[in-house]
Amino acid sequence: MGPLVPDLIGNELNFIVALVVGIFFGAILEQAGFSTTKKLVGLFYGYDFTVLRVFFTAGVVAMIGVIALVHFGLLDINLVYINPTFLWSAIIGGLIMGLGFVIGGFCPGTSVCAAAIGKIDAMIFVAGSFIGVLIFAEGYPLFEGLYKAENWGFVRIFDTLGMSESVFAFLLTAVALFAFWAVSIIENKVNGVEIKPVRLTPYYIGLAAVGFVIAFSAFFLPERKDVIMQNVDDKEFVQSYNLKVMTIDEFAYRLIDSDKKLQVIDFRPEKEYEKLRLPKSSSLTVDNLFEKEPNKILSLRHKINVVVAEDEMTERKIAVIANELGYENVMILKGGLKEFKAQILEFGKNDQAASGLNDDTIRFRTKANKIIPELIAANKDKGTVKKESKRVIGGC
Amino acid sequence: MEAKKYMNPYYAGFFLGLLLLATIYITGRGLGASGAVKSATVAAVETVAPSHAENQKFYKEYLNEHAGSPLKNWLVFEVIGVVIGAFLSGLISHRLTFKMEYGPHSTSRIRIVTALIGGALFGFGAQLGRGCTSGAALSGMGVLSTGGIITMFAIFGGAYAFAYFFRKLWI
Repeated sequence: MGPLVPDLIGNELNFIVALVVGIFFGAILEQAGFSTTKKLVGLFYGYDFTVLRVFFTAGVVAMIGVIALVHFGLLDINLVYINPTFLWSAIIGGLIMGLGFVIGGFCPGTSVCAAAIGKIDAMIFVAGSFIGVLIFAEGYPLFEGLYKAENWGFVRIFDTLGMSESVFAFLLTAVALFAFWAVSIIENKVNGVEIKPVRLTPYYIGLAAVGFVIAFSAFFLPERKDVIMQNVDDKEFVQSYNLKVMTIDEFAYRLIDSDKKLQVIDFRPEKEYEKLRLPKSSSLTVDNLFEKEPNKILSLRHKINVVVAEDEMTERKIAVIANELGYENVMILKGGLKEFKAQILEFGKNDQAASGLNDDTIRFRTKANKIIPELIAANKDKGTVKKESKRVIGGC
Repeated sequence: MEAKKYMNPYYAGFFLGLLLLATIYITGRGLGASGAVKSATVAAVETVAPSHAENQKFYKEYLNEHAGSPLKNWLVFEVIGVVIGAFLSGLISHRLTFKMEYGPHSTSRIRIVTALIGGALFGFGAQLGRGCTSGAALSGMGVLSTGGIITMFAIFGGAYAFAYFFRKLWI
């Protein structure tokens, strides 16, 4: 599951990725004609809308791609950098940039690109941008109030507008297509030429078809999470699922033995977990399973992962979800924690529990009944074991 | 040799979109440009006036947030890549020439001044707006960030609003 940094690709290798990404970025911008200021400012005087076409196409492609990757469970959006929203600095900063754009004729990315192929004005623009940053840095105490005002956090546009993500994506795509058509007409008027605004070449149709297939598949194929969650609602399906089961005695033995292989994954609500925290346990929620974080715990091959919940049926459901997600290395605790509490933690409190057991089991449980509460008590003030993955820090 | 024609804008956009998507999938972050200028500025100030960098709040906050040398930064590497990529592209398409471009009613002297002022405004605005056309507008649109999209509208809206007053520079 993406993003691949920092687990699959280390932070050092990430710099090489940055270099390669940059090479493609520079080459695409240059090939598109962003290395000449005449093409860039054409956008604002109506004679060349290349910037709008490239920019909107790229934005729509990336947007649809991100939605599709998230939809099919290939990307954890919670780890992706979402530019934070600070309302006033976004508006005022943007307006200043717009002014800089019409006066200077470049933006930072395109100026670097143009400077690389020898445009002297672009080199001067780059030098100017250093001065701009320096002014901001030196005057920072003056601007800090504005810079940090109206912090909305990492909000996303469809939430701000109160619509669903797919509706927004559809609207944006429609606006983009309309804009492509409209700007071609404007271009014709300004340049005094007649070029048909819509040219349906096989390539365009091909591209549009790919977009449609992705959009439709996302619309009709339910999200992976929904499918799995629906399946586990089916009791028979869950019951018939072949799961490895650990008896409470073995579980107790491994706890006492402080078995290094054992990992307890506790799915009870956090409050319950705070009250009774088993040794070697971490607390997760079902939602966590669909995120990237449990990867680290559940995909270690030599470990024994025991899913723990109050009753066995809940454990089964969770273990099925884990299996469906590809984490096959999970076991469940027989009878759930309920059974474990009754037979081990409270062993001996009622005599019925002991009836029908052989002497060895009784002896073991009596011993476990003493030791395990001590282990639990020792584990209590260890602080939270749960690790939260951090969002990638990005942006300019 | 004559310079080759530019790429069809929709194809270029499509490839750029795929690149942005791949970048998000691999690294969890989008593209950028102005951040590299910021890193370089911080590095320069740190080298030239270390005590100044220690006392000014902006540099302090930056150095707190970014461990290690300011130049050991994702965007710095990316922008080095942009220089290489653009150069290679210019080489292949025969567009490598030292020249300056400006409108028919402008002069090279005016162009030097406007490029410098425009760059300074953009550099300043990108700091205030937390990213430029690449980092805030394009990448923000890819992940549907509210702030990124507002910045995008502000940049292009602002440029249109001011375009009339600076038309003599370009047309």
